[in-house]
Amino acid sequence: MRVLVAVKRVVDYNVKVRVKADGTGVDLANVKMSMNPFDEIACEEAVRLKEAGVATEVVAVSCGVTACQETLRSAMALGADRGILVESEAELQPLAVAKLLQAVVNKEAPQLVLLGKQAIDDDSNQVGQMLASLMGWPQATFASKVVIAGDKASVTREIDGGLETLELKLPAVVTSDLRLNEPRYAALPSIMKAKKKPLAVIKPSDLGVDVSPRLSTLKVAEPPKRSAGVRVPDVKQLVDKLRNEAKVLP
Amino acid sequence: MTVLVIAEHDGALLKSATLNTISAAAKLGGDIHVLVAGAGCGAAAAAAAQVAGVAKVLLADAAHYQDQGAENLAALVLAQAGAYTHLLLPATSFGKNIAPRVAAKLDVAQISDIVSVEAADTFVRPIYAGNALATVKSSDGVKVITVRSTAFEAAGQGGSAPVEAIAAGPDLGLSRLVGRELTKSARPELAAAKIVVSGGRGMGSAENYSKFLDPIADKLNAALGASRAAVDAGYAPNDYQVGQTGKIVAPQLYLAIGISGAIQHLAGMKDAKVIVAINKDPDAPIFQVADYGLIGDLFQLVPQLTAELG
Ligand SMILES: Cc1cc2nc3c(=O)[nH]c(=O)nc-3n(C[C@H](O)[C@H](O)[C@H](O)COP(=O)(O)OP(=O)(O)OC[C@H]3O[C@@H](n4cnc5c(N)ncnc54)[C@H](O)[C@@H]3O)c2cc1C
Ligand SMILES: Nc1ncnc2c1ncn2[C@@H]1O[C@H](COP(=O)(O)O)[C@@H](O)[C@H]1O
Repeated sequence: MRVLVAVKRVVDYNVKVRVKADGTGVDLANVKMSMNPFDEIACEEAVRLKEAGVATEVVAVSCGVTACQETLRSAMALGADRGILVESEAELQPLAVAKLLQAVVNKEAPQLVLLGKQAIDDDSNQVGQMLASLMGWPQATFASKVVIAGDKASVTREIDGGLETLELKLPAVVTSDLRLNEPRYAALPSIMKAKKKPLAVIKPSDLGVDVSPRLSTLKVAEPPKRSAGVRVPDVKQLVDKLRNEAKVLP
Repeated sequence: MTVLVIAEHDGALLKSATLNTISAAAKLGGDIHVLVAGAGCGAAAAAAAQVAGVAKVLLADAAHYQDQGAENLAALVLAQAGAYTHLLLPATSFGKNIAPRVAAKLDVAQISDIVSVEAADTFVRPIYAGNALATVKSSDGVKVITVRSTAFEAAGQGGSAPVEAIAAGPDLGLSRLVGRELTKSARPELAAAKIVVSGGRGMGSAENYSKFLDPIADKLNAALGASRAAVDAGYAPNDYQVGQTGKIVAPQLYLAIGISGAIQHLAGMKDAKVIVAINKDPDAPIFQVADYGLIGDLFQLVPQLTAELG
């Protein structure tokens, strides 16, 4: 079976972004970009399915600017067989991405689509669920374990109260949580090999998808700043302060 | 304008995040209806009817809602959506699972994790791990929203809304619950607790995590939390993770013990009223947000603190 993985190019998780002075957004000039960490986990899972003989082909898809090709190359260095870039300079909101992925899924006919649970830039946590809904497929979000057996997937999910395991009919959508796996470190030979793997570039219009945004951002602001408080020398003074100054203890 | 809140409940009681979501709905103005879907969940519907500000409760009681699966619940919500201008769900693993499915079928954007209602079509939401707050305006006919519970008070009691049974939607049969392993704890719920004691990688082991943190959490009647590193290492269950991609908490008092203070962790706790950090590294970033910092070995300081609390 074919597995599709959606990978997004985002600001690296180590970067602390700054809000632009004019309040129109965050400053992304000269900021390090990487694959969304959850998508790395999704990609690793797809590659492991292939190594286990469950998947026959892993296709990575990214939607966005030309530089997303780098993200696709990273996915191929992790082991994806080929990449598809849906290239667009426009701002792509989750609904638009879900529709683009739907169109790609209709062409590629995968049995499983793996995504990250959340992009660490917009923190939306939407695309996987939207794609599943548009396709009329079952979903298992926040996955920490995926087992494929025949035409079913058994997925353990991280939910608010603990864990739950679902059995889904394939085809299905699964979104990764942090503990699904630990992505491998792509070694140089894999990176070199990835450069030669096929990468197709298409446009939203080729897929007949309208990507117009539905939300307009009126303003982006800095959150209220917390300032460093005081150092207390010992436990006695800490408790005294919590009781008598902060008044958070009786 | 009529708002539908999709209740998260356990069959008998509403989850606290549902009450915060109802408060967010009240900020929109207009009537508030609450949808309670489940199997044998009449008690939860009755509880919803007593929440202040609720005008009507819709009860969908059917066996195929027992497991609260996203596919069937989204189909049910879609069948009701036509009557509403806004559909609100808590930004919990329950709400996040369902809301995007509903929005996609309605062909509208979904607005995640709002922390403020500016107008009926304009909302504030954190992005980039809370390092920026975006004010977004929706041009869609129906607004599908998830609500960050810590940003809104819990709605109070005093309502007496009618409960109306509605027809169940289809059982799509796409997915089946095999089992749940829920973390058992007599402690307050993490996302709603007044005091949270969190341990990080500095705890060193699962044994230490409970040996050092259980007694202090007991004394303070606190919820226990953890950093991602502590969860990854198996010191604490996954649902203890506080942060950008875990739970968001805003207690009166947050104790960060052996936690360095990565931005992803801060995203989940920096709205606490008072933050205390215990860390042996004086340069740990957690001290930049802590109201009270105690530098030293947690294995000495935590037992001392527990004792001092009397
Ligand atoms: C996509 C993504 C999502 C993430 N989401 C989250 C999230 O939701 N929540 C989260 O927490 N993290 C998250 N992280 C991880 C985050 O980046 C950090 O790696 C993590 O928070 C570190 O946990 P920690 O502070 O416990 O560990 P460390 O950074 O290793 O810090 C341990 C601290 O303990 C102190 N210490 C050690 N021994 C002692 C002692 N005996 N006494 C006193 N102090 C001691 C050390 O000085 C150190 O400061 C995420 C990362 C990624 C990439
Ligand atoms: N532009 C994009 N290109 C490819 N995949 C994406 C894109 N945006 C989001 N995704 C996928 O959807 C997941 C959830 O994103 P979001 O709903 O935006 O938080 C991500 O982890 C990716 O797997």
